[in-house]
Amino acid sequence: MNAINTADTSFMIFATVLVMLMTPGLALFYGGMVRRKNVLSTTVHSYTAMVIISLQWVLIGYTLCFGKDFAGFIGNFQFLGLHGVGFLPNADYAGTIPQSVFMLFQLMFAIITPALISGAIAERMKFLAFAVFILVWTTLVYDPIAHWVWGAGGWLRNLGALDFAGGNVVHISSGISALVVALVIGRRKKLKSITPHNLPMTLLGAGILWFGWFGFNAGSALGVNGVALNAFITTNTSAAASALTWCICELIVRKKITSLGLASGIVVGLVAITPGAGFVSPMSSILIGGIGGIICYFSVTVVKIKFGYDDALDAFGCHGIGGIWGGIATGIFASKAINSAGANGLIHGNIKLLGIQLIAIVATVAYSAIMTFIILKVLGKFMSLRVTADEESDGLDVSQHGEEAYGGIDI
Amino acid sequence: MEEKFSKIDIITSSSKFEELKEALNVIGVSGMTVSNVLGCGIQKGHKEFYRGLALDINLLPKLKVEIIVCDIPVELVVETAKEVLHTGKMGDGKIFVYDVKNIIRISNGAEGRDALRYNK
Repeated sequence: MNAINTADTSFMIFATVLVMLMTPGLALFYGGMVRRKNVLSTTVHSYTAMVIISLQWVLIGYTLCFGKDFAGFIGNFQFLGLHGVGFLPNADYAGTIPQSVFMLFQLMFAIITPALISGAIAERMKFLAFAVFILVWTTLVYDPIAHWVWGAGGWLRNLGALDFAGGNVVHISSGISALVVALVIGRRKKLKSITPHNLPMTLLGAGILWFGWFGFNAGSALGVNGVALNAFITTNTSAAASALTWCICELIVRKKITSLGLASGIVVGLVAITPGAGFVSPMSSILIGGIGGIICYFSVTVVKIKFGYDDALDAFGCHGIGGIWGGIATGIFASKAINSAGANGLIHGNIKLLGIQLIAIVATVAYSAIMTFIILKVLGKFMSLRVTADEESDGLDVSQHGEEAYGGIDI
Repeated sequence: MEEKFSKIDIITSSSKFEELKEALNVIGVSGMTVSNVLGCGIQKGHKEFYRGLALDINLLPKLKVEIIVCDIPVELVVETAKEVLHTGKMGDGKIFVYDVKNIIRISNGAEGRDALRYNK
C-alpha cells in the first residue's frame, strides 16, 4: 500500500519550507541578542549551516541517518549521493510521500541543529573554525544520533524511545554540544557589560521560529492525519504556556516582564513539546510548556550565573535543558489514545517508558558531550578556535568578515 | 571666591570604558556624558568589502567621555584616565582639557559649584 498520497505530499512540502524558514528566524533571534559589532557574524553562523549542511546532506548525511542499518548505530551508504532517493516512497519512514520529500524535510532539521549551537559560542569563535566544526559535528554527532532515534534499526528506536520531532536528535544534542563548546573556548571578555543590541529583531526571530515550528512538529507526522493536527495544537499550546510561566517567574523575581523573557519563554515551550508533540494531549502540553518555562527560566538566570559558563545566547539553557525536560515529559504524559504508534507514559500507568526515555537522554547527552569535546580538541590542533583579544574587541563583523552591519557615518 | 571649572574630554576605545568609569568613580567623578563617536588619527584602520567595493576604513568607532570638574583637580582626572587607558599602542586615544565659564542646573537653577553638587 505504498501509494503516493498527494495531500500528504503537498502537506509535507509545505512543512519542509516552514522548517527551512526557522533557520533564518534563528539568525534573527540570535542576531538581536549580540552587540552591534557581532550581529553579522552571528547571523552568518545560521546561514553557514544552510550552506554546508545542504551539501553534506545530499552527499553523505542522509544515507548515514536513513540508509540501511549497521549495528543499530549508523546507516550504510545505500543512499550515498542520493542514489535511489526519488519519487518512490521509502516504506520504512513514510509510505505515502516520495522519499525525496522525506529527505528534504529531514534536511531542514539537520540544518537548524548545528545553527542552534552557534548561540553558545557567539561573539568569540573564529568563523572558519565554526564552519569546519559544524561539518564534522553533523557527520559524527547529528547523523548517528538521528539514526539511533529515527532510523529503521536504530538502537534507541528499537528500545522504544519516543522522540516525535527531535527532542534528542535536535535539541539535546545541540544544547549539550553548545555547552561543551562554550566551556572549551571560554568566556567572552567584558561579560558583565554585554547587552542585546536589537531586541525587536530577536522578537521577530522568535515569531518566525514559532511559525516554522508548526512544520517541524506537525510535519513530523509525515502526513495529514489526527497525529499531525494534535501536534499542531500541542505545539502552539506549549509555546503559550511556557511564555506565560516564564513571564510569571520574571514578575515574581524581578517585578517586570521583559520582551526578551517573553521571546525566550516562547522558544522554550516549543523546544519542550518537540519530543512529545505527537504523543501527548493538548491538556498535557499546557503542563509540559508551563513547567518547561519555569525550569529554563531558572537554568538561564540562576544556574548559568552560579556556574559561570558563558552560554552566550542560552543554547544550552533553552535547548539542552528544555529538550531534556521534553524527553522526560514525554515519558510521563505520552498516551496511546493520542497516537496508537506511541506508548503510554507514567500517568497512564506505564513506568517503563520513562526509563526508556531516560536511557535515550543519557545516551544522547554522553555521546554529544564526548564527541564534541574530541572534535574540538582535534580541530584545535589544526586551527585556533577562538579569535584574538583584539579581534574580539573590534567585533567579529569587522575582524572575521570585513563588514559592518550599521557602520560608518551617514553621508 | 573664584571658582574655576574645567571640562575634560576623553576620546578612547570602548574596550576599557568600564574600568575608566570605575576609576573615575573612585576619585569622586560621578557625573559624565558619554557618546559613540567615529574618528581617525594615526591608528591604522581596516579593510571592508561590499561586493566589488573594497574600502579602507580609517574612521574607527571610539567613545567620547565628557566630564566637568571643580573641586576635583584636573591633574587627578587626567592621571587616572592615563593610567587606566594606557597600553602604549596607537589608538589609546586623547584627552582634551578646556576652561568652562559657568554651569547651570536646569532643575533648580543652581549655578557654578552648586550645580555640580548633589544633595543625597
